[in-house]
Amino acid sequence: MTAASTSTEIATPPARARGPWVRAWSRFRANGAALTGLAILIPILVAVATYPLWWTFGPNDIDLKAMNQGPGPSHWFGTDGVGRDILARLLQGGRISLTVAFVSVVVSIVIGFLVGAIASFGGKVVDNGIMRLVDLAMTLPPVIFLLVLASIAGTGIVPTIVVISLLSWPVLSRMVRARLLELRERDFVVASRGMGASMWHLLFRHGLPNCIDIIVVYATLQIANAILLEAGLSFLGLGIAPPQASWGNMLNAARSTVVMEQYIWQWMFPGGALVLTVLAINFLGDGLRDAFDPRSDLN
Amino acid sequence: MTEQPFLSVSNLTKHFGGSGFSRAPVVRAVEDVSFDVPRGKVVGLVGESGSGKTTIGRSVLRLIDPTSGTVRLDGVDLTAMSARDLRRQRAKMQYIFQDPFASLSPRMTIGQILMEGLGIQGTGTRRDREDRARAALKAVELPADAFDRYAHEFSGGQRQRIGIARALALEPQLIVADEPVSALDVSIQAQIVNLLRDLQTRLGLTMLFISHDLAVVEYICDTVIVLYLGRIMEIAPAAELYANPRHPYTRALLSAIPEPVPGRASRRQILTGDIPSPSNPPSGCVFRTRCPHAIDACAQVVPPLEAVGRDHRSACIRNHELETAEAVPA
Repeated sequence: MTAASTSTEIATPPARARGPWVRAWSRFRANGAALTGLAILIPILVAVATYPLWWTFGPNDIDLKAMNQGPGPSHWFGTDGVGRDILARLLQGGRISLTVAFVSVVVSIVIGFLVGAIASFGGKVVDNGIMRLVDLAMTLPPVIFLLVLASIAGTGIVPTIVVISLLSWPVLSRMVRARLLELRERDFVVASRGMGASMWHLLFRHGLPNCIDIIVVYATLQIANAILLEAGLSFLGLGIAPPQASWGNMLNAARSTVVMEQYIWQWMFPGGALVLTVLAINFLGDGLRDAFDPRSDLN
Repeated sequence: MTEQPFLSVSNLTKHFGGSGFSRAPVVRAVEDVSFDVPRGKVVGLVGESGSGKTTIGRSVLRLIDPTSGTVRLDGVDLTAMSARDLRRQRAKMQYIFQDPFASLSPRMTIGQILMEGLGIQGTGTRRDREDRARAALKAVELPADAFDRYAHEFSGGQRQRIGIARALALEPQLIVADEPVSALDVSIQAQIVNLLRDLQTRLGLTMLFISHDLAVVEYICDTVIVLYLGRIMEIAPAAELYANPRHPYTRALLSAIPEPVPGRASRRQILTGDIPSPSNPPSGCVFRTRCPHAIDACAQVVPPLEAVGRDHRSACIRNHELETAEAVPA
């Protein structure tokens, strides 16, 4: 009795056959700041990845005839105190800084998400136990914690990654836990449970997608933060040790007033690269968050 | 009754809180509720907010664990089942939610939402699942191109259809519909109620229909259960309940239905006060604090459900005295 009458009354939404990814991309494309970030970041990444193919100097090649030389036709960004090419070291340093930052953020996202997930889905006792541990991890003074960890783990790429990841996951796990606790009671998650969903399904089909905004924002802030942490650790001599290049230990050169005042290309370029990369990543993260939120279509 | 009921709820009780270190008082959401639902029938649960309708609905599907009591579905005791076995049983019983805006994931397409349960239950191949999801979409009279859209692109009524399609995709035998129309516009309510009724008849579904709207319940239900403060006040076949309500609470509820014929003023029996707190229910009959017929004895004993007619039971110690007492007391 109703089939005929109701079907005509249902308003058909305007025809739009685009898939979700296409729509996310169109939202992203409308975001000027995010595109600018991408436009800055892509050349940096390409340059860092491919520099041995097109740049004549290696990061540790010493040119004894050109020490502390300013930017010029042969050494575009100048040389440092022992005649190493600044551009080559900048690009090699970028490889290391970005690798350290990226890997440590991935590690801390995995730890942070899993800890938050276990806390929120594991029941009251587990939740309380885990959250007190997180509190403990958060109350450790970061600088001292870093120094102790770094002195135990030593210098080099892997220890630096370990140190930075161990320091940064608690914040994310708190945010994930809060989101999942709220999500667990939402009707569509209850519906999924009512269809027989396992904890695994709930976590990765509902939990993870609904935490993506938190994770993207965290990742962008944290990549920037990790780049800075790496720079700080290397600056103190605990991160990436010379002669390996990193943006942090290149900045270390600026401790000398002579370098600071007379050879400004030796610290301006790594400093500039640091600021530019961190800014670009932040813009990008902002755009990604908006693009992945299907509700932003409504605004 | 010779045939075994499809759904059988006995002595269901659900208390919230009061365990562990919590000092908060126990909330007695549902107290000792028993009822049966024969296969292919629709049973309505009606009552005010806080009467335990939703708690019963969710306990029946074990979306929340009851404090005590048993729920048997087709002879299988759901309350004694391990989490693993229960997950397999869940294909047989589905829930329709009240709020169509909260019940659909904002991050999944309609197709993904409809196929979710089939994927969880491991039904067929991907193609089979898609076919079944598309069939469910058709069954609720939504256009096929809805499949790749997101829930926020739809209106409340359309979303409720999607919620119904999701429940149907698993081809369940039991549906618990928790106020499926109360969040919708009145004009849309009729469409959804008709849709539910058509589907119920066509697919032979057994349904527990939760509502506070007595007109809707009368239209769709075979049997109606009236709840108050987590207890059953009266159970009767729908026609019988509306024609011949026995419990004072049911009479008060029915007198609150607006009279569609102008000038034929109904004798309103207005209840005073609010429903008491379920953490501190009155002794004896829970309705006595608002009952116009309450006497001292009502505070002494919890009135049992007594037969007052064919398939008609009412929980009032004055059932027989009040049989003819139609008049509103002065």
